[in-house]
Amino acid sequence: MLDLMFEYRGFIVGFIFLALIIASIAATIFGRKLIRTEKTDAVFGNPSRALGGWHWVVTGVSFILLVWIYYSWDMARAFYPKSANELCQIAKLDFAVNPIRSVFPLDNEYLRSTTLLKREKEQLNNLENEVNNLELSEEAQAHAEETIQLMRSALKSLTSSEFLDSETVNKLAVVESQIKEITNNLTKEGYPGEPSAEQVKLAESQERWGDTGNEIPLHPSSPRGYKFDAVAKEMKEVSREFGRIKNNNSTFLSQVDELKDRIAIFKEVIKSSKSSDKALADKQVDFSKTLRRVLQRIDDGLIFPPQSMEGIQAALVGLEKEKNNQQGGLGFIDSWMMPGGTIKAGTTACSEQGSGRWLPKPSDTLRTLTRISDPDIGYKGHPLLWYKQKPVSEMVDLIVPDFIAALIPGGYPQYSEDGSLSSNFKSKVYNFASGNFESFSVPVPSGHIWDSLLRVLAGLFFGIILGVPLGLFMGLSRFCKGFFDPLIELYRPVPPLAWAPLILTIFGIQDDGKIFLLFMVAFAIMVISARTGATGTQLSKIHAAHSLGASSRQILRRVILPNSLPEILTGIRIAIGVCWGTLVAAEMLAGTTGIGFVENVARKQSDYEIIWTTIIILGLLGLIFDLIMRWVINKVIPWRGKG
Amino acid sequence: MSDLVLDNLNMVFNVSTGGTVHALKDVSFTLKTGELLSVLGPSGCGKTTLLNIIAGFIRPTGGEITLGDEEIDGPGVNRGMVFQQGALFEWLTVAENVAFGLEIKKTPQAEIDKRVDEWLEIVGLAGFGHVPTYQLSGGMQQRIALARCLINDPDLILMDEPLGALDALTREKMQSLVLKIWKETGKTIMIITHSVEEALLLGERLFVMAPRPGRLHKEYRLPFAEQGLTNDLRDVKGTKEFGETREEILTMIWNMEEEIMGQV
Repeated sequence: MLDLMFEYRGFIVGFIFLALIIASIAATIFGRKLIRTEKTDAVFGNPSRALGGWHWVVTGVSFILLVWIYYSWDMARAFYPKSANELCQIAKLDFAVNPIRSVFPLDNEYLRSTTLLKREKEQLNNLENEVNNLELSEEAQAHAEETIQLMRSALKSLTSSEFLDSETVNKLAVVESQIKEITNNLTKEGYPGEPSAEQVKLAESQERWGDTGNEIPLHPSSPRGYKFDAVAKEMKEVSREFGRIKNNNSTFLSQVDELKDRIAIFKEVIKSSKSSDKALADKQVDFSKTLRRVLQRIDDGLIFPPQSMEGIQAALVGLEKEKNNQQGGLGFIDSWMMPGGTIKAGTTACSEQGSGRWLPKPSDTLRTLTRISDPDIGYKGHPLLWYKQKPVSEMVDLIVPDFIAALIPGGYPQYSEDGSLSSNFKSKVYNFASGNFESFSVPVPSGHIWDSLLRVLAGLFFGIILGVPLGLFMGLSRFCKGFFDPLIELYRPVPPLAWAPLILTIFGIQDDGKIFLLFMVAFAIMVISARTGATGTQLSKIHAAHSLGASSRQILRRVILPNSLPEILTGIRIAIGVCWGTLVAAEMLAGTTGIGFVENVARKQSDYEIIWTTIIILGLLGLIFDLIMRWVINKVIPWRGKG
Repeated sequence: MSDLVLDNLNMVFNVSTGGTVHALKDVSFTLKTGELLSVLGPSGCGKTTLLNIIAGFIRPTGGEITLGDEEIDGPGVNRGMVFQQGALFEWLTVAENVAFGLEIKKTPQAEIDKRVDEWLEIVGLAGFGHVPTYQLSGGMQQRIALARCLINDPDLILMDEPLGALDALTREKMQSLVLKIWKETGKTIMIITHSVEEALLLGERLFVMAPRPGRLHKEYRLPFAEQGLTNDLRDVKGTKEFGETREEILTMIWNMEEEIMGQV
């Protein structure tokens, strides 16, 4: 069933998308109509006007889902499943042409030569100013200044076209003509001819878009794809050739040689002068190093005369134009169906970039959720929510304390002369209490969700059974209030997570520590809410109970406790929320199970689908908790606000 | 017989700002079994303090107070109390509220059910047993409070402005109900009120109290309660005698209030 759903995922998502659009439009029309027909009071600010309105809920939910489907590119994948593969081929061309394009002011503000020249000139100016602060001998200073001057003239011999040698001019012309050739190839119908059997096989054997994570099918599978794939390969060669071209004219090379000698001499000079001032000596060494580094960069020969590459730039513009021309409707898909990003090619793969990457597609999220919900797969060797067989003896060990054996009079049996071991009642009790016996197994829930749930419920349970009585007594006794107030008020304002490192160190990173942490959180909240409830009891109700013959205990149980229930239940509702938040953060800090742990591992692996899945699980669990509490509150204290 | 005897009762409160307030000074009276007493006075004359002392919620600083032969020391089931706002337990249903005192006494469930039904019948709430109290009107709530108090069969019923929060119509019905109950059960009833008309109707005896220090100012013996048992309450209120007594007491209280204002 699920496999079938994945097979027709495109249709399903497309259908849902259209259904959502229709639903939101219908709900909006209904809402508009209702506003027109509802001729109640037209006064602004009447709160009863916010009542009802399920149709706006439909619109709101549809809107969220539509935005999700749209920005995660699930819609693009549903309606144009093959587009990603073709866009990948186009991206390959972009990737191949990028080394050349980046030299020109097409995507950047300046020509690369301009940028380099600007930087080196600034460096040389800085060095010139620095020379005077080095306290060099007159001779050495003159040497340094001359060196800088020579560097300036070396730069000039790069930027002047009169020095440019014919070999370089030829190479640049070849690149230009090759780009034009590639542009021409793009215009050809059916280029580069029928795909080879091997290519077809590759195209057919590869997985489709979204079958594995963000990977996009790499090999071309359509005529347009084959064409772009082919020209991208050609372009790659051209880029490689272009990268090898250097402005190495003879004048420049001789200047570089001289500069190298001069810098070596300068280095010797400052080495021999050995200034006694360490800071000054360091400065001098730095100066010579900077000098050498500037020379190395100039030596790369990446600066060309201003007009020398205009031809290539024009060819690139032509190529870009033809590329846009040839991609046709794919440009529309790229900019409108894949909002917030695009498909990028790398050396070995194509991938989604932008919101298509970090916002998982709803259908993928559902698949991931289904996959990790499978108890045999789970996450990090632990199912999300399942059950496992657990022997009863383990539970007995947990519940029955071992010391009950010590309460039985007598000693434990000793071995006898022949080495045989016997047992007596005391040892049998001990074996029972420590769970050391054969027993059948019963299924108990297990898994990440269950672990988190259990921790919250355990912390909450202890918080309630200890916090509520204390809170009630604090609301009734001046001593209790005065004695315990400092303790609670001192630890309560500390953010629970600030306690986490300490508590987890003392009680361990497994359940004990986390439960204690949550107990602390819940305890303070329960004490305060129970206290508020107890203080809020009307004196006349207590008087009435007294006149009806109730004892102190009966008044506590039958009047003060029920009267405090609204506050206590509100406290529990708050405590659940805070505990839940604290737990997830604590699980991220340390531990090996739990939803927070899952999310933390997914974060480290940048697994966006798992991250979103955990977020959705947490949201749903929070919602379920709150709905349960709302139901309990309605059932248990229907009189709230009406007393 | 269980008469209520107050002998030289004094109540002095310490005030947190220092100094003392003489809430009750030398209050002495005897309330015989089956008498209907209403207490009237300007605010601050110690009416409620007096009631709280009789109920046993607070201890007097001087004097003696006995019910029957027993000295009053703390609250007890022999004195039932009806409060101004009902003071019902809203987490219980009507029947559970009424049954509260019997449950405390661990009465068998069958008997509880029987007596609760009886009393709901008497106060006119038959069939409302399962209804939560917060859904009922003020008058109905006060009827429940009455039933809850009476089901315990106390010797003395204390009422602290029990009808104060009700509308005029409900109030009149409740006044008849109180008279009816007084007549049928023969209980001793003490009612505190700030309504002169109510004090005249619901009192065989009427104490007017004076403030600063709180003390008994004047006692009346009135025929209106007896008349109210057989006649329509509005007819009783319409008699010339009723009008004259009302004017007399109103003037008295008016003068006390004026005196207080003058002192300030």
